[in-house]
Amino acid sequence: MSESTTTTRLVEGSEAFAQAMVGAGCRFFAGYPMTPFTEVLEHMAVALPWVGGVCINAESELEAVGMVWGAAAAGTRAATGSTGQGLSLMQESIAEAAIAGIGFVVLNMARGQGDYFQATRGGGHGDYRTPVLAPSGPAEVAGLVADAFDLAERWRNPVLVIGDYYMAHTWVDVQSSDDHTAPPPAPSWALDGSTGGTGRAKLVSPLGTTKQRDGVGYDLAAHYAHADEQRRAMEAGIEPRAEAIHTDDADVVLVAYGTMARYAEAVVSDRRSAGHAVGLLRPITLWPFPTAQVAEAADGSRTVAVYENNAGQMIDDVRLAVLGAAPVVGLNGYRTDSSAFGISPEVSVEQLTASVDELLEQL
Amino acid sequence: MTQRRPDELVILPSESAPTDAAIVADFTPDLIDVGEHHLCPGCGEPIAIRAVMDAIAFLGLAERAIAVFGIGCSTAFSNNLDVEVLQALHGRSPSVASGVSRVRPGLAVFTVQGDGDMANEGLQEVLHAAARGENIVCVMLNNGVFGETGGHLTVTTTIGQRTKNTIEGRNAADHGHPMRIAEMLAQIDGVGYVARGAVNDAGNVARTKRMMVDAFTAQQQGLGLSFVEVLTMCPTGWFIPTDEAPDYLAQTIAGTHGVGVLRSSLAASGSVPGPDEA
Repeated sequence: MSESTTTTRLVEGSEAFAQAMVGAGCRFFAGYPMTPFTEVLEHMAVALPWVGGVCINAESELEAVGMVWGAAAAGTRAATGSTGQGLSLMQESIAEAAIAGIGFVVLNMARGQGDYFQATRGGGHGDYRTPVLAPSGPAEVAGLVADAFDLAERWRNPVLVIGDYYMAHTWVDVQSSDDHTAPPPAPSWALDGSTGGTGRAKLVSPLGTTKQRDGVGYDLAAHYAHADEQRRAMEAGIEPRAEAIHTDDADVVLVAYGTMARYAEAVVSDRRSAGHAVGLLRPITLWPFPTAQVAEAADGSRTVAVYENNAGQMIDDVRLAVLGAAPVVGLNGYRTDSSAFGISPEVSVEQLTASVDELLEQL
Repeated sequence: MTQRRPDELVILPSESAPTDAAIVADFTPDLIDVGEHHLCPGCGEPIAIRAVMDAIAFLGLAERAIAVFGIGCSTAFSNNLDVEVLQALHGRSPSVASGVSRVRPGLAVFTVQGDGDMANEGLQEVLHAAARGENIVCVMLNNGVFGETGGHLTVTTTIGQRTKNTIEGRNAADHGHPMRIAEMLAQIDGVGYVARGAVNDAGNVARTKRMMVDAFTAQQQGLGLSFVEVLTMCPTGWFIPTDEAPDYLAQTIAGTHGVGVLRSSLAASGSVPGPDEA
């Protein structure tokens, strides 16, 4: 095989997500167009056939996640995606896949940050969780998408990656290699038909069924107890991740994720230059939430301000982390442009600077 | 395949069995693990499942088959087969099977769903899978009711049929018209084989077994989606005595849902003798 070459290309953020998935060994993708997810689907439709993969334009999000359920159970790294509404349609399958032990990646190219609860509280029925990774921009996408596939495989659980309109449509320099990681071999539990006729044919199911020939058939108490153990092990086994910027001595600690953290980072840098003790704690894993990191950042601060593009969702997790050690205020509100795809001009460095200055004056 | 010896078999007590009855041979099909089932007396679904598994065994596909099961009474067999099984959610089997088939081309991927699962909850799934020409076999066990919930109206319920939510019988004005699923699929480019069988008598069972063999043969030849609908008895959900169910099927259900091969791309020579004809 010829030596691989790495090139730097100017690509749309959506293409960066697609490249990251293919690079991480994803060989099956199914999706249904919806702004701002559409371009990810377009790029996957182009990219996957080149590496021997399959991309299907599903008739709806219900079928997209169903197809991924099948491909993943057959041992292929698989992903789907949409925008919040589309993920709402997928929730039954995401919830049951977590119980069935079928791992795949779901991309939410969100409109604003109104889907924080949907992502971190499960979104569907039943007692399950999904790990959630939130890049703050295309530069971080490749690493986190690869991590998402690894987590999905390791924990046999759906894993969410949250992007947004801004990330989808910002053109950025991305390092790309033509040396794609070969997909890992199919896990031993995956289906390939070969155990048929042996007396030990495999069964993959969310129903808690075991082979009737073993004399049990159903034991849902054992099934849900096992699922609970798995969920706890997953929560304990995934290291919560966050980036802390100037939080050690900060009087005001901003907490923000995704695109909103980019604004906060600019404001922190600017206010620091002006001599103000402002810091930023940016959760990278939204579940498990970086509770310890938030608590540490809040320790010694005088105000914790949660900057999010919704009516106040992540603030609940921040309050649970801070546990009253400092006042927690919300710099929130759902601020979109008139299409509701993008974000409002009110979301700006100037506006956040004004809010931060107001907090500083109140100290 | 290990057959159990006759002396290992348990004779279940039955009021009608002669007291000196002896089991001389186990006719549990090779690919069904446990011969007993917990579906209602007179249910047609075990016969239909047997037809599917006999076809797989006959064609030598056991080590290349993946079954995708829906949710309904027939789910009781999802953990009782000696082929690999992937359980799907209610309505979702054709998309799940599509995903399996696309990443494992060449395998004999098939779905088993009831009419409530396939035609009510997820009708668009099988239609689009057919239009995409997914190389899978889709089996719909059609008894015209939601059997597992206790006998409720589905879209295939025939006019006049009594269900728990059409207590005086289905009438079109109040409850709409039945859909003919096999006829609908037969119109779609992308299908290789479409048939409707029944398991109400020996002749129809033999025809249905032949349909299953042809459906899997078409699938193995890459002719697109194969669809076999099987009319199955549900005396419990039809609220009639068990022994009247086969005739009820013939006289009422089959009047709306006619038995036969609706479409086949199999060359005449492509069709092989069925299990009972070889």
